[in-house]
Amino acid sequence: MAPLDELKIGGMGASRRRVEDNRFIRGKGNYVDDIVLPAMLHMQILRSPVAHAKIKSIDTSAAWEVPGVRLVLTGETMAARNLAWMPTLSYDTQAVLATDKVRFQGQEVAAVIADDPYIAQDACDKIVVEYEQLPAIVNPIQAQKVDAPLIRDDKENQASNKIFDWEIGDKAATDQAFADADVVSKLDLHYPRSHPSPLETCGSIADFDRATGKLTVYMTSQAPHIVRAAVAMVAELPEHMVRIVSPDLGGGFGNKVPIYPGYVVSILASILTERPVKWIESNSENLISTGFGRDVYLEGELALRKDGKILGMRMKTISDHGAFYADAQPTKFKIGLMHSTFACYDIPTAHLVSEGFYTNKAPGGVAYRCSFRVTEAMFFQERMVHAAANDLGMDQAEFRKVNLVGDDMFPYRTAFGFLTDSGQYQKCLDVGLKAIGYDTFKQEQEEARKRGKLLGIGISTMTEPLGAGNSREYDIIGIKMFDSAELRVHMTGKALLRTGAKSQGQGHETTWSQIVAHELGIPADDIVVEEGDTDSAPFGMGTYASRSTPVAGAAVAMVSRKIRAKARKIAAHLLEVSEEDIEWELGRFYVRGNEERGVTIQDCALAAYSNIPDGLEPGLENTAYYDPPNLTWPFAAYLCKVEVDAESGVWDVLNFVAVDDCGVRINPMIVEGQVMGGLTEAYAMANMQYITFDEEGNCIGSNYMDYLLPTAWETPGFELHEVVTPCPHHPIGAKGVGECATVAGPAAFVNAVMSAIEHTGVRNVDMPLMPNRVYEALKTGKDVSGMPPVLGD
Amino acid sequence: MSSLYDVIPPAPSKGVSTRRTTMNVNGTSQTLEVEPRLLLADALRQALGLTGTHKGCDTSNCGACTVLFDGRPAKSCTMLAVQADGHNVETVEGLANASELHPIQEGFKQEHGLQCGYCTPGMMMTAKALLERNPNPTEDEVRWALSGNLCRCTGYQNIVKSVLWAAKKMREQDQEA
Repeated sequence: MAPLDELKIGGMGASRRRVEDNRFIRGKGNYVDDIVLPAMLHMQILRSPVAHAKIKSIDTSAAWEVPGVRLVLTGETMAARNLAWMPTLSYDTQAVLATDKVRFQGQEVAAVIADDPYIAQDACDKIVVEYEQLPAIVNPIQAQKVDAPLIRDDKENQASNKIFDWEIGDKAATDQAFADADVVSKLDLHYPRSHPSPLETCGSIADFDRATGKLTVYMTSQAPHIVRAAVAMVAELPEHMVRIVSPDLGGGFGNKVPIYPGYVVSILASILTERPVKWIESNSENLISTGFGRDVYLEGELALRKDGKILGMRMKTISDHGAFYADAQPTKFKIGLMHSTFACYDIPTAHLVSEGFYTNKAPGGVAYRCSFRVTEAMFFQERMVHAAANDLGMDQAEFRKVNLVGDDMFPYRTAFGFLTDSGQYQKCLDVGLKAIGYDTFKQEQEEARKRGKLLGIGISTMTEPLGAGNSREYDIIGIKMFDSAELRVHMTGKALLRTGAKSQGQGHETTWSQIVAHELGIPADDIVVEEGDTDSAPFGMGTYASRSTPVAGAAVAMVSRKIRAKARKIAAHLLEVSEEDIEWELGRFYVRGNEERGVTIQDCALAAYSNIPDGLEPGLENTAYYDPPNLTWPFAAYLCKVEVDAESGVWDVLNFVAVDDCGVRINPMIVEGQVMGGLTEAYAMANMQYITFDEEGNCIGSNYMDYLLPTAWETPGFELHEVVTPCPHHPIGAKGVGECATVAGPAAFVNAVMSAIEHTGVRNVDMPLMPNRVYEALKTGKDVSGMPPVLGD
Repeated sequence: MSSLYDVIPPAPSKGVSTRRTTMNVNGTSQTLEVEPRLLLADALRQALGLTGTHKGCDTSNCGACTVLFDGRPAKSCTMLAVQADGHNVETVEGLANASELHPIQEGFKQEHGLQCGYCTPGMMMTAKALLERNPNPTEDEVRWALSGNLCRCTGYQNIVKSVLWAAKKMREQDQEA
């Protein structure tokens, strides 16, 4: 018998076309707003127009008078049910509907539930709220001032606006490294506030059934099981009576991890009205009130030896968390995995100090397409590396090569204690250097400069920790970060797979089947994948921080192996030999020494239901929970070549080369799609995509006319390359990849622009590198730091 | 969940005047009683159950709601349903027939032109209008034509490829015909 061709059955390595596309291209996706339940009501939220104010009174009487209005809720009605405040994922509290004060522009103040969303909006407009405005704090520098108004006066023992002090590393050894250094390179940076902004906003439909006591919530959630636990706790409903269904999601990028007030209010509204209540926020509401990313200031220093060796690294970060500390991140780490910074470099010692502050801005600090602050960590790293190479007068590539962890140094313990386990860092960089023509660039740059053209090349190299847990180190609100898969093989050999992850565009329905096909030889087309319904999917921690393939993907492989182990017993029974005499090849068991005598996995499936050996349980179904031994460590080397127009500061990307080593690729087409998407967000971040606030705390960036996202016209093309170093501990050798490009990308663009203009003496322009800022730096030779000023009318 | 795509007309508020509006949607004449303020996107989604037209932003920037209005791309979240009275509206649901996908739909699948799928209907409708007036566009022409439609997942490179794939297929089909 000819063995199965794995690519033909859609196994590992096949660029299999996506299963989910069949409904999306027909307009038959099933997003939350597409769901219509009988007798459904609609909710709209009234939000605060000011950033910081005492609420003196709320008059809802005119709203109740609007025909079609069924319910009006305020903080008072929530408080009567102990629901005015809810816990956040970082052990803080967040107002559901404001009672005492509003603390950011866009905060939820009241809600109207009516027969249709237009009526609900009409009634919201009739609610009269009297505010007594307070001074607003719009950055952590203001928040630290002794006389700064106290934002969280609701909390006992909160005397200042500081949320946390956190540090890691060896201070004494690091101080010594700086004392011993030939050169100390310093760089201060700001990673501006940005919003993940999936095209589909957040929303929910709460459906409470009084007769059964069951609450079903259709919800835009990347982590439905965490939501189930949280809803059970907050709403005091028994967990088995709570069902969270996350249907198709129109993107997430971290924005759909937190639990938002709107979800909670819609749940109470359904309980009170005993009808389904739909809440769909507008794009502006999404941008001003839901989880932002970044907003971190850095003071960075590198201790250097003359020959280029980094002796030590010091970082101080000050972060802006908005009015409620609602970061979704592992409990132990107050500033996420910021300390994964410099993980790809061999550095003897490092020290990180972090301070977090409340401000009058929306809460969040979500991992916007990144693994808990890793985006900031790697951006800071690569900007510091760029500046340090210049300070030493060394070539950018050469400086990195001196310091990159070598292939023979794994497993490698970083200065902050992470264990990186695999990679070919130098090789990745070499592939990139060759592809972009680095050898001849200096000459090209010189010649271009003579003709009045400014060319620059930027390098960004990094490894990042993807796929939390392990559960020893990583939990969210105490729940350990493992994941799960359940596989049911039916008697005809077709199968149903469910996992605790939740796709938001990553294509799980396609790739999970490929892993099963690889492990069992069942054609991928014979496997259906379901996710997102907590009543049917096994418990899992959801999809964010590039953890799907590292954790849930591993669980898919492990459950397939459990199925194969049982099928082997059935095969032995069918072939009338002992189990030890059975060999496996893809899709088939055969008798050792007699390859012709065999049974397929499909034969075993049928027998599991029709001809089971004595003493064996019938059926062919199983579940696996996977707790990874370590994070996965993909590597990226990105190189960007730009031309800056000296007369306008406009910069164009001439070429962008991305070399990704994400281990074994399950579906290369999907991996490449993720890389290109991530690079586009990196380009956006470097160029235009930021949210700022005026001094009164008004959000400038509350819609797509002010918050600029790149279109097909601006977005450059990307040239992709791959290097494969399998992950040593992952069952199929895969690593995470979805976020590498967003994480490593921004520094490549910024370093390229700096390379084009730093002959003027400028060391840094903070993102966004808008033309006027680049132009200013070029003309003055001075750094341009912080947020762009808000321009008046 | 059989009720998922049930047609539930939006209930006009009591005492609110409505307008009888007749539009041709995907080749079928539809008559609706609508409030004058009802957005076309909401009429398509709620009154006709055509939920393939997505609402992304409130500002005509994202293009997820793009439909063809008398053959030209229009953002249905910033048009009133009553403006469609007497006009032709095409939505994503009208692209394929029972047995065959439109080449643009095939192109998006073959070239991995979508991830979360939310921008896809609007992208495809815009692409359809482009290919009808320019059957052999350059990459730049495709990028320019799609510049009113945002995508947060793909980085556009594969969307452009998808449209070029469809253009080629449509030219081949024309030659055969």
